Amino acid sequence: MVERTPILNFLTHLILFVGFVFCVAPFAIVAIAASHNLKDVNDVPMSLLPGSDFWVNIKTAWTTADLGPKLLNSFIMAFGVAAGKVIISALTAFSIVYFRYPGRMLIFWLIFITLMLPLEVRIVPTYAVVANVLEPYQAIMDLTGLSWLIEKLSGMQVSLSLGLLNSYSGLILPLVATATGTFLYRQFFLTVPDELTEAARMDGAGAMRFFVDILLPLSRNNMAALGTIMFLWAWNQYLWPLLITTDQSHAMAVTELKQLIPNVGGAPEWHIAMAGTLIVMLPPLIVVVLMQRWFVRGLIATEK
Amino acid sequence: MEKRVTFGRWTIGILFAVPQLILIFTFFYWPAGQAVYWSLTLQQPWGGGNIWVGLDNFRSILSNADYWNSISASLVFAGISTGLAMSIALVLAALTDRQLAGSWLYRVVLIWPYGIAAPALALAFRFILAPEAGFMAVVNQVWPGVWDPGLDGSDAMASIIVAFSWKYVGYNFIFFLAAFQAIPRSLIEAAAMDGSGVIRRFWDIQFPLITPTIFFLLVINITESFQDSFGIVDIMTSGGPANATNLMVYKIYSDGFKGLDYSGAAAQSIILMLLIIALTIVQFRFIERRVHYR
Repeated sequence: MVERTPILNFLTHLILFVGFVFCVAPFAIVAIAASHNLKDVNDVPMSLLPGSDFWVNIKTAWTTADLGPKLLNSFIMAFGVAAGKVIISALTAFSIVYFRYPGRMLIFWLIFITLMLPLEVRIVPTYAVVANVLEPYQAIMDLTGLSWLIEKLSGMQVSLSLGLLNSYSGLILPLVATATGTFLYRQFFLTVPDELTEAARMDGAGAMRFFVDILLPLSRNNMAALGTIMFLWAWNQYLWPLLITTDQSHAMAVTELKQLIPNVGGAPEWHIAMAGTLIVMLPPLIVVVLMQRWFVRGLIATEK
Repeated sequence: MEKRVTFGRWTIGILFAVPQLILIFTFFYWPAGQAVYWSLTLQQPWGGGNIWVGLDNFRSILSNADYWNSISASLVFAGISTGLAMSIALVLAALTDRQLAGSWLYRVVLIWPYGIAAPALALAFRFILAPEAGFMAVVNQVWPGVWDPGLDGSDAMASIIVAFSWKYVGYNFIFFLAAFQAIPRSLIEAAAMDGSGVIRRFWDIQFPLITPTIFFLLVINITESFQDSFGIVDIMTSGGPANATNLMVYKIYSDGFKGLDYSGAAAQSIILMLLIIALTIVQFRFIERRVHYR
């Protein structure tokens, strides 16, 4: 860069190239293995020249794991989570930044704390809530004596029940219920000049008008970054869909991969397994390649 | 930081926050509270009420050798994979930041692994590291029986570490490169003018300036190694052989949903939550104070 360092430059290229090979090799091996037949894929060592059965294997993997509907489910869920995050975080950040009301700091901290505990560590009770999403409210009514009161007055027993297992809302809502995104918007809203707000108010715009017509169009970049990162995050979820979707019609592409692992004792059909892996890893890879700028930006902005 | 200009009507203001508040109450605070309640009671999985047992659940899991085995496996996994993923990413990012010819290629490609779902890359690595096919089979042909993640616990641990580190090298690379690029070029040029070489500049200027990123990534990598490892473990080893890769989240899942021991699983969740909260506090309290800021 600044000076001539031929030996160091050579080493730099060498190390970076080795890193590059290690980074790309798994992708290449998956793609090559997906093109072999049963015998070639189990050859030791496996030939690195592509075989001729690529499309046959893709087709077999597609039908074995029934990937068509599963990919559609993954898309619905990932879009749902991304859209939910982009909208709800914007609303909350607007409320926290642009209003002064009692308990504002409390709300800020309530939301902030959710950053600390990811879904995976509170998986068991969250599952119970999703099995009957009104259970918290039932419990509150029982505790406050409200349900007793209603039973006395109307003779009806209150039992609220709404199960979200095997539904898109059950998959999506718990993943939306964290604070990532809220702080991304908050940081951005704080940089929007006060003069803009003053001018808007002078022209008679209310809070809603200012939010929709001025603030949201200004946040387009943030929305793209947050949407990209949340789409990938949701697409790659595994534990949560595995628990919530016991019914095949709501299963995700990523959770279906398990069915492609060759059984012990069965034929080692690695070519089919790798074809399935390729199909499942391709959509997020395409998103990363095409949306690289938003991806990097979103990642850095949401985490800090 | 506060806004000088705000909107009056604060009832509307609260309404904007309501959707998120309902969501986090229902899916975050209630379940978290529920976990505390369950961990202190004995819950029958098929209904029938809870019996208050105090700290018995904690006592029983803490006296269980399987649980300690799971904690130590998680710590080994967290330590080695964080170390590998961070040091490799640091080297690659520092070298990419030298901006020699072709460095754009690395900037683009080295972040790909982070986009891949953990179970998908786990299946890929299960094939690559399979003892009878794939690439480790070559090693087994030369020295029969050297490598078998299905039978040997440390081979299985090594496999999940490789798979996890591969993904998180991509993640760490993004953050390290961003941190290196935020260092003003003029600073480096001035140091070069004063006669310091590439290595000297790295240790005396770049490294101290990116310490906040290093500590930030340290905490993130450790917490991610607790959560994001689930898919890798489930696809590659299912916690085996002989519990060698039965990491904490995997054990919570198998105890709670396969073994239907909700109370035990809740107690384990509480311990894991405390561990992660402690890590976050360490990050905020101690580390932020000691590192250099620009």
